[in-house]
Amino acid sequence: MTDILNAIVLLLNFVFLPGLSYGSQLALGALAVTLVYAILRFANFAQGDTMALSTVMTILLTWLLQHFGITLGFMPTALLALPLAIIGCLIYIMLVDTFVYRYYRRQKSKPITIVMASVGVMFVTGGIVRFVLGPDHHIFADGERFIITAREFKAMTGLAEGLAIKTSQFLTITIAILLVGFVFYFLQRTKTGKAMRAYADNEDLALLSGIEPHNIVRVTWILVAILTTIAGVLYGLDKGFMATSYHQLLLPTFAAVIVGGIGSPPGAIIGGFVISFSELILTYAYKKFFIYLLPEILQPDSLLQFLGTEYKFAVSFVILVIVLLLRPTGIFKGKVI
Amino acid sequence: MAYLSGTNLVAAYDQSVPILNNCTIEAEKGEVAVIVGPNGAGKSTAMKVLLGMLKPSAGSVTLEGKDISRLSVQKRIRLGLAFVPQTDNVFPTMTVQENLEMGAFLRTDDISQTLAEVYDLFPILNDRRNQLVGQLSGGQRQQAAFGRAMMTQPTIMLLDEPTAGVAPNVVDEIFDNILNLKNSGRAVLMVEQNARQALEIADKGFVLVSGRNEHTGTGKELLANPEVRRSFLGG
Amino acid sequence: MSRYTIRVGVTFGTMLLLLLTVGFGQSWSVCLSILNLCLISAIMAMGVNIQWGYAGLFNVGIMGFTALGGLSVVLISKDSVQEAVNAGGMKMLMALIIFSLSIVLSHYFYKRFKSKWMVSATLLAGYIITRYFYLDAAQSIEAINPAFSGYLGGLGLPVLLSWITGGLFAAAAAWLIGKISLGLRTDYLAIATLGISEIIIAIIKNEDWLSRGVKNITAIPRPVPYEIDLQQVDWFKEMVATVYAGRLDLLPVSEQASALTAYASDASIVLVKLCYSGLFIAVLLLIIFLASLALDSPWGRMIRAIRDNEIAASAMGKNVTKRHLQIFVIGSAIAGVSGAMLVTYNGQFTPGSYIPLRYTFLIWVMVIVGGSGNNLGSVVGGFLIWFLWIEAEPFGFWLADVSTSFLDKENSIRQHLLNNAQYIRLIFMGAVLLVVMRFSPDGILPETNKKL
Repeated sequence: MTDILNAIVLLLNFVFLPGLSYGSQLALGALAVTLVYAILRFANFAQGDTMALSTVMTILLTWLLQHFGITLGFMPTALLALPLAIIGCLIYIMLVDTFVYRYYRRQKSKPITIVMASVGVMFVTGGIVRFVLGPDHHIFADGERFIITAREFKAMTGLAEGLAIKTSQFLTITIAILLVGFVFYFLQRTKTGKAMRAYADNEDLALLSGIEPHNIVRVTWILVAILTTIAGVLYGLDKGFMATSYHQLLLPTFAAVIVGGIGSPPGAIIGGFVISFSELILTYAYKKFFIYLLPEILQPDSLLQFLGTEYKFAVSFVILVIVLLLRPTGIFKGKVI
Repeated sequence: MAYLSGTNLVAAYDQSVPILNNCTIEAEKGEVAVIVGPNGAGKSTAMKVLLGMLKPSAGSVTLEGKDISRLSVQKRIRLGLAFVPQTDNVFPTMTVQENLEMGAFLRTDDISQTLAEVYDLFPILNDRRNQLVGQLSGGQRQQAAFGRAMMTQPTIMLLDEPTAGVAPNVVDEIFDNILNLKNSGRAVLMVEQNARQALEIADKGFVLVSGRNEHTGTGKELLANPEVRRSFLGG
Repeated sequence: MSRYTIRVGVTFGTMLLLLLTVGFGQSWSVCLSILNLCLISAIMAMGVNIQWGYAGLFNVGIMGFTALGGLSVVLISKDSVQEAVNAGGMKMLMALIIFSLSIVLSHYFYKRFKSKWMVSATLLAGYIITRYFYLDAAQSIEAINPAFSGYLGGLGLPVLLSWITGGLFAAAAAWLIGKISLGLRTDYLAIATLGISEIIIAIIKNEDWLSRGVKNITAIPRPVPYEIDLQQVDWFKEMVATVYAGRLDLLPVSEQASALTAYASDASIVLVKLCYSGLFIAVLLLIIFLASLALDSPWGRMIRAIRDNEIAASAMGKNVTKRHLQIFVIGSAIAGVSGAMLVTYNGQFTPGSYIPLRYTFLIWVMVIVGGSGNNLGSVVGGFLIWFLWIEAEPFGFWLADVSTSFLDKENSIRQHLLNNAQYIRLIFMGAVLLVVMRFSPDGILPETNKKL
């Protein structure tokens, strides 16, 4: 019996909890991408690097706060820096929109041209990020690392396996729920949110109804700035900051968007979790898990891993391919053409 | 002078050959005006000019005698014009109620009265108010489109081929709805391919050929005109 | 002469002038290095240009296709490591066979029974068995002399052959990606190429048994003579002596021999690079020739008709998706060939050096700046941007240096900025792309036959 409990705790600790928090981080990023898809009608390749940039702003502000001895007790100081970083991110995004995207929007350029412009923005943004903080790994989470440590859990339950809940995981899941709730309330219940959906649905009719495209675009970028910054900071608190790993979030994020259905906000959330859990389930080594469950003679001697962790983004890719082959519209019928 | 009139309109897309050559369209409150004519006659273009989606190079558009030629689409909508496009005239992933709310986007006053009126006029929409418009049938969708346009409390409705692409039994339903709009005291101006049926309910008809007024008269007069019959109504 | 011809003349003249400046100013060896990399860049850019300029296909994974080309150089030209083949070759082959078998079988099941469950079960079982053999094989191979080999090696065939196989490898990957993502939204292809290139790079970095991973593969056989051999042969020595006769005569007899050796060593480097230039120019001309032939054929006209109005073309019964697939495969194959050429020229395969900035983004800047849809434009873009790329790095350092010169040498901010100055290139190149796209979307040499 305890063996079964141990096996379950093992999976909870190494697959479920990390999956939940990574999934939330992906979902927030995917929500931002899907909003841009729905309203501005292009795949924003700059998403990962913009996330990195807003995280860089947060890190710099956190260092500044720490320098003046301001911290947030057991919570990470970065939370204090977050609002300012969101504003910084918004200013950057609005500048990019003014100098890059607005022109193509007015020209009614093909989406693929705007995608290419966003690739240009991706490289400029990535350059700024690396120029400021370099390519190294930075850990900026302070305060208590754990809410429950593995040791405390073991002492509490008497099990051999521990279930550790990191502060960052707790924060990620709580903030993600609140933020997603806010975004959905905004889109479903407020006049501006409904106007955004209307604009996404039928641009010409939205104009005929008197909806101002400028306002819609501005509100979209505000939401994107909030989602992007929070997703980036939560990811950084969880795993530390490194420019490349943010850049590489692009693929799982796109995969999440497409799995859920392009332009569909609920789809982006579901997609984020599909990707994160697939990644963790397929790259987890089940050896220990089966040692708990199987009698001694049947116990495995290999790692029992489907895929090495170095190929974790191959999981996103394979899921992407499966979706494109079987149901290109995604789970929540998104836009295919 | 008519309630809404476009007088001696000349208009072209880009710098090419004019589509409208000195054409005049008028619509009166409580009446249905119909524009008919062969393909490429400029029917939809005339509608666009009246709405302000296309600037005419000559001629003027007046509403209640006031010149509105220079106003933007949004401003004209505020003045009481409403437009139902031929296709893509609803927000398919939004509910009926939300479609109507979006129609009233520009209004800041209480819209519940207008909502009630629309639901009164189209009871089926009331039953389906929380359904996505994309899931409705063609006729119901057309009603939602009419409803959305009515939410600005327009005094004149412009309809672009309201019966194009819908099943024949739905056509009658749509014509009934148009008569309802007329009876509520609004002016209705529509472009219609289905010339015979449209002229039957028309108080005024404009037959356009190559952007010119070929024939003008009441619906009955035009139906009785042998030349119109021969050219446009198939004998 | 049309304005376009003048424009071409002036552009190529400027390029020649730049090269000559480097040749006379710095050295001919540097000049030829730049030229050779420019030629390779031009071919890469042409591959992308065929996709973007002819068909509007956005490939964000050029890096992956060039890396496949590079891998093919290793697999074709390196000698096989007999010990490793003995240790794990059979098992690896087994893994490959089972893998292919499970794909074929699942395809058959799909066609025959239309059962998604059977397909999934076959694939899963196939994967598990494959992985069992594969892990074992990889371990045995990598255990053999890891410091020097630890991989299977290649076939030991002439290296030039690998330029063709490099193209084929890239074409195969492109076909797979294109088959899946073409015909859907245009941006799906972009995302899919991004994914496949990341995976290809992960494979060559992590599969040590195949490519030695980040331990790199050096001493790749050359298609041209080695400098050291050249210096030994008589005709070369005589040639150097004749060319430098004037200068040698000025020296005292006792120093002539050592001076001749020095000249010969310089000359051998230049000659080897010239040999490469010759090969690269031949490939470049061949591709330009074939591309212009193809573009003027009925097939090329159809391709452009599709690009200009996809809906009209498909209404006329043209199979748009099929044409796009052809274009995508051809363009990627060219990128693969250029990747193979680059690894051959470098003489080593370094998986760690494949970064999107250098192998995807830079190529894009070349295509856009040169003029999308124009092959000569790609050559010009490849040339100029490579030149800028080489020069932008010192410029970044200079900028960081000057802008912080008021700070103390040991100041941490100054140190930090100087350390990260290389990333100014990223910002700079991104800005170039955005500015050209916006203000001069036709590039330096605009497409000549824009409208049909």
